[in-house]
Amino acid sequence: MKVAFYPGCVSKGACPELYVSAKAIAEPLGLELKELTEAPCTGAGVLSEQNPQLADALNGLTLAMAESEGADLMTICSTCQGVLSNHNYHLKEDPERMERANATIGDQGYRYGGTTKVKHLLWMLFEDIGIDRVKAAIKRKLTGLKIAPFYGCYILRPEESLGLKERPERKTYLQQLIALVGAEPVEYRGSTKCCGFPMLTFNRDKALAMGGNHIMEAKDKGADLLVTPCPLCHLNLDGQQPDAGRVLKKDIGVPIFHLPQLLGLAFGMDPSELRLDHHVVSTKGALEKVELKV
Amino acid sequence: MQFTIEVGRFNPEGTYPENAVPGAPFPAPWDRSPARRYQTFMVDLPEHAVVLDALIAIREYQDQSLAVRCACRSAICGSCAMWINGHANLACKSRLSAFTQDGKTRVESPPSMPIIRDLVCDMKPFWDKHLAVKPWLQNKQPVPPPNEEYRVSNASMEELIQEVSCISCSACLMDCESFAVNPDFLGPQALAQAFRYAGDPRDAETKERLAEYSKPGGIWDCTHCYECVTQCPKGVAPLEQILKLRRMAVDAGFTNNAGTRHADAFAESVRDSGRLNELTLMPKSVGFFNIVEQIKTLPSAFNLIRAGKLPPLIHKAIPGINRIKTIFERVGGRFK
Repeated sequence: MKVAFYPGCVSKGACPELYVSAKAIAEPLGLELKELTEAPCTGAGVLSEQNPQLADALNGLTLAMAESEGADLMTICSTCQGVLSNHNYHLKEDPERMERANATIGDQGYRYGGTTKVKHLLWMLFEDIGIDRVKAAIKRKLTGLKIAPFYGCYILRPEESLGLKERPERKTYLQQLIALVGAEPVEYRGSTKCCGFPMLTFNRDKALAMGGNHIMEAKDKGADLLVTPCPLCHLNLDGQQPDAGRVLKKDIGVPIFHLPQLLGLAFGMDPSELRLDHHVVSTKGALEKVELKV
Repeated sequence: MQFTIEVGRFNPEGTYPENAVPGAPFPAPWDRSPARRYQTFMVDLPEHAVVLDALIAIREYQDQSLAVRCACRSAICGSCAMWINGHANLACKSRLSAFTQDGKTRVESPPSMPIIRDLVCDMKPFWDKHLAVKPWLQNKQPVPPPNEEYRVSNASMEELIQEVSCISCSACLMDCESFAVNPDFLGPQALAQAFRYAGDPRDAETKERLAEYSKPGGIWDCTHCYECVTQCPKGVAPLEQILKLRRMAVDAGFTNNAGTRHADAFAESVRDSGRLNELTLMPKSVGFFNIVEQIKTLPSAFNLIRAGKLPPLIHKAIPGINRIKTIFERVGGRFK
């Protein structure tokens, strides 16, 4: 299945392990990735907030690029998903806004007609690739691991533009997937909460406490690791975890996996091939539970 | 129809019925309230009944000591906001059938607020925040005697309809992620009201308001998680109003803060390269001369480098960057 692949800035920046692992799992899932190399950053909500017209045009351009590929747009980032879904929803709902976005893009080879579907890899697994295909690709059951899902706000809220009113099951895909790879999903309140990343530059200690609290809650419930479909959450939960521990005066030490890394492990790939050795918080302990090494 | 209701009970005297078992609020590590006990009741009600019907039935026919705050039963007065299955909702607007999970519905006072008794939380933090934003129109003094009514355009009022719908139930604050870790944050309800007045053409103190709301604890301390938009029973969408205030504040020149520097650095990076430059975003947002805050970020930066997660040192532009530059120029404004 061909998809217009939108990797997002962070998978090409501070989370290169996400880009590598997403590419690695494409083949076993039968995904043909047509990467949108000329598509701009979504603005991560920051540009939408300060200049909605600018964000409409930038995201309209990306949506038009996917449209001209004749494929659904696939994200691997909850934040990209949220922002693109939001602009897609409003551009389709409001013909005036669509017209203005297209006029701003102007005569540059693209015009958005409003037909692109924006889907995170997590949604595609269940809705397009199909759970049978995912099951068939599983070569290694991760039995014995307790895994806490961490969605990231923008793949859950606001519900209208993400289509969650029509498809409430999207709020359970991570839990379903964890069970599917043979691990035990950990139920905890923090799974749908904010990692704190958007506040990191404004109010550092509070942002760190926010993410740290959620990891500690999962840890108290026995989680060996957290899995997230959002690299921005990963940056806060993994990248800043030692600092969060200092703020909370607690030893946290819970590894955070990207969604494609979890899938890759279940597909029988080597942890180093998925760059599980490139995390701030060591993944060693969690991997040892399923007799793997990095 | 039989419904099972698990009610979180608390009283300062510490006396409980025998069948009330100790328990913590549905996991909330940032819990500010004391431990409470959970008591299970069975109620027989029609299928369309709401949570408040069950609580009133319990108080009337099973345990008259149950404290619950309610008045209108019609989602107008905002009295009965409480945690239902771990999220803030109006008890009078939440159907039992939709809120039954694993055969039961759990109701309790939200752990983010101080508790008075059973399902009654102390609304003091909420009202303190509400008053702090001066939720009234402020005319320039001295006020000249009016010759006729103050006329405003329909369009300017349409912008404010959403905020006027607020019933002050506090559901948004109860589930606010920033408030959970930062009690000083003004919170979604107060800031939505702040926009209602700052955005009113009759208000003479807009600039002073924006200065005030831009301080720590104000508009830039929102974490953008959309919980308030999801929980608000009246469609006020507080986050959207906070974002409008941020735009107004920046336009009015209140730019000496990390929030504005972050937005500017972000836009600059997308304009010049089509994508985010993570290497410069953090130092630019914190402010190059803010040495104390810069130093705080160093251990994390070092950890990222050690893990091999350093973004590429040479930040390359995406192919077709001229398209992006053209879009920035055409839109104009602050980021041009």
